[in-house]
Amino acid sequence: MLTGLTLTQARAGLAARKFSARELAQAHLDAITRLNPGLNAYITVLPEADVLASADAADARYAAGTAGIMDGLPIGVKDLFCTKGVRTTAASKMLADFVPPYESTVTANLLGAGAVFLGKTNLDEFAMGSANMSSAFGPTTNPWKRKGDDTTALVPGGSSGGSSAAVAAGLALAATGTDTGGSIRQPAAYCGIVGLKPTYGRCSRWGTIAFASSLDQAGPMTRSVADAGLMLEAMAGFDAKDSTSSNRAVPAFHKAVGKSVKGLRVGIPAEYRAPGLPADVLAMWEQGIAWLKAAGCEVVDVSLPHTRYGLTTYYIIAPAECSSNLARYDGIRFGMRKDAPSLDGVYEATRAAGFGQEVRNRILMGTYVLSAGYYDAYYLKAQKVRTLIKRDFEQAFETVDVLLTPTAPSAAFAQGENMDDPVQMYLNDIFTVPASMAGVPALSVPVGLNEAGLPLGLQVIGRHFDEETVLSIGGALEAAAGFTHIPSVHAGAGA
Amino acid sequence: MSYTIEGRTGTWEIVVGLEVHAQIISHSKLFSGAATTFGSDPNTQVSLVDAAFPGMLPVLNHECVAQAIRTGLGLKAQINLHSRFDRKNYFYADLPQGYQISQFEHPIVGKGAISIELQNGDVREIGITRLHIEQDAGKLLHDQDPTKSFVDLNRSGVALMEIVSEPDIREPEEAGAYLRKLRQILRYLGTCDGNMEEGSMRADVNVSVRKAGEDFRTRCEIKNVNSIRFVMQAIEVEAARQVEIWENGGEVDQETRLFDPGRGETRTMRSKEDAHDYRYFPDPDLLPLVLEQAWVDELAANLPELPDDKRARFQAEYGIAFYDAGVLVAEQAVADYYEAVARGRDGKLAATWVMGELFAALNRTSNTIETSPVSAAALGKMLDLIADKTINAKLPRKSLKTWWKRAKAPRPLWKRRACAR
Repeated sequence: MLTGLTLTQARAGLAARKFSARELAQAHLDAITRLNPGLNAYITVLPEADVLASADAADARYAAGTAGIMDGLPIGVKDLFCTKGVRTTAASKMLADFVPPYESTVTANLLGAGAVFLGKTNLDEFAMGSANMSSAFGPTTNPWKRKGDDTTALVPGGSSGGSSAAVAAGLALAATGTDTGGSIRQPAAYCGIVGLKPTYGRCSRWGTIAFASSLDQAGPMTRSVADAGLMLEAMAGFDAKDSTSSNRAVPAFHKAVGKSVKGLRVGIPAEYRAPGLPADVLAMWEQGIAWLKAAGCEVVDVSLPHTRYGLTTYYIIAPAECSSNLARYDGIRFGMRKDAPSLDGVYEATRAAGFGQEVRNRILMGTYVLSAGYYDAYYLKAQKVRTLIKRDFEQAFETVDVLLTPTAPSAAFAQGENMDDPVQMYLNDIFTVPASMAGVPALSVPVGLNEAGLPLGLQVIGRHFDEETVLSIGGALEAAAGFTHIPSVHAGAGA
Repeated sequence: MSYTIEGRTGTWEIVVGLEVHAQIISHSKLFSGAATTFGSDPNTQVSLVDAAFPGMLPVLNHECVAQAIRTGLGLKAQINLHSRFDRKNYFYADLPQGYQISQFEHPIVGKGAISIELQNGDVREIGITRLHIEQDAGKLLHDQDPTKSFVDLNRSGVALMEIVSEPDIREPEEAGAYLRKLRQILRYLGTCDGNMEEGSMRADVNVSVRKAGEDFRTRCEIKNVNSIRFVMQAIEVEAARQVEIWENGGEVDQETRLFDPGRGETRTMRSKEDAHDYRYFPDPDLLPLVLEQAWVDELAANLPELPDDKRARFQAEYGIAFYDAGVLVAEQAVADYYEAVARGRDGKLAATWVMGELFAALNRTSNTIETSPVSAAALGKMLDLIADKTINAKLPRKSLKTWWKRAKAPRPLWKRRACAR
């Protein structure tokens, strides 16, 4: 089943000429035609002719022996990455017709490695959300269903919910995501796939529509840990156009998977044992600890004392940056414009019509915390707490190599749940936000199903720029868990 | 203190501070690679960064940083090895990002000073509070269409230095002298062309009035005054307006005002209630600006000679008067010309010729020192001929007009005449 392969398997198949990139692309286009109307994982599917032309070019490179590391591999691109000549919406009415004349660095790197783009995947509007409910193009539905309940539509997580649903359902071998406070890891956990948020600065932010600049980081969403390493190799690298991008060399990440983890020290942060944490999540965490012990890791209790301030601090800093980053959507130069008799009128009409409720909430929060008289109490204080959170991680990493936590406090919930209480919705990010605040790499690995038959993920957090150890530990968890479950909606099922 | 306003209730003095926006001379903009040539067709020098397209990021142009450091050194100011870029948030059609990248809390240059000279010969020191780097906005064109405004983003993102003075200025004349001196220093350094007509140097003027010995009273800011003469006029009329208000028992409101040179008055642009809350915060797209002392030292070592130093040296080296030296160093090109003439010769004689016959001839023929038909070398040779008495000093002076017209090198002409004589 071509739509069920990992990147690594597909790459080997293409190299061995077992199937062509055209066949691989066609299988995915067919799957998209069949399943996307129900899942709404893609906002834009590229024209078949264009996809097949890219695939043919990849086939030619295989024939010539010049194939890149992602050559001929069909993937989805979160619709937050600007793609030259291809509509890029950020799932917002504001950019519903925006066609960038430029290619983001990350997608350009992937194209340079030979990847075949299938389309642009759905997300929460401007990547703000944890359920993919705030997309102006309608919610994405999780391909997983609760056991015995085929009717309740579940959320795929967010904000990279279109990417996670597409990868889980076989509508792409892998997809790009972006993570600001958990937007790669939480949807990966909800959809039973792997998601890696690299170290801040590992992937260039140039050409990726900004939500919160000091937190945004692109990363891979894949079916295996090795795939995450492989795809990150293609995405990452120094970019002179992004002043915050790192000039460190990009290691052969995929080789880190399968390396022995014996003797590595795994920290279990006490503060993540939050009161009210569901039993299934807790049990899965204990299971993960047991697997790593069995693999020869030394498990150590650690403390990250400022964890409990992570979420509140995040919801000051991220909205503050977003309120400024989204000021450019003013109706003057690109995107939606609603005319009005005055300049202020144009701003008000355009932004009221162009932004959805969640985006407006965050712009308002951000504007408030940066306002004169509140800046010191909110933004400045939050920055100080952020420094303490970062220090927590640095201190923990003096004694341990990685941290192991649950990715999210629950499995996927139903569409419409948590919608009336934004704070409840924000709590989804409680385990993912601290690593974002610290800028450290973090990986979500699917490790099992709960009683309702829904996937749960564990999170591995590592030192700055030590994605390799994170991937090694992730690989060990993956091997021990042997997670091979497939969601109810899948290109390989019932075809 | 010579400038005061006599009111009904007593004598008022004025307190003025200036904020000068000086466009940095550089090939490309502060955070993008777009060009900066003045007078290009609208929207032809705009990158995706300048137009703030989604996902675009600023990258600092280090030449602009070097220019700011040079300027700071020229102002004898503290160079801050750690500075930071902040976002100043507000909405306007000429501001594509919805924020200006500026330096709010931690500017690249701290306290310095400029010494100014008044017409009566007094020399005063005006403190510099700070200098920071920021982006310029674009320009709105209101005269292209009866109902629409057009936006030209050529200037959007161009690098500016904002140079803030202490409120040390007490007379309109001092403000004029300060601006002229600042412009002279910038031109010597080659960091700003100081062209106020083209807007590459603009001044915001902070004015308040007070009675002797009082603390500062409320000030008003007069925005974007575009000539030195207008700055001096604006201070006079604004100070008079404020005195009038105070003397009538009123209260001066802190506000932003505009100077209307046609009517000779200032009027409200923005009252305090409408003042923007700029919501400054550190720009997360840029790293803190950390300078190495060695680089600053290198820039300092390669700094051109500044006007005050040159003036002192001309006095010492060529034995000319303080006033004459001031005239000769006013413009770098004149100073260079003079020095080429004076070097190895009688400096006083050189000064007499340059400031006398040459300036007169340049004026008469609407030439500048750059377009002078007589080169410094030629004038120098002539002085040599006078010195060795090959020619009579009076002869070339008389024939300068002819010489000028023909624009020929002097030697063959005089040789002929000398021989004839």
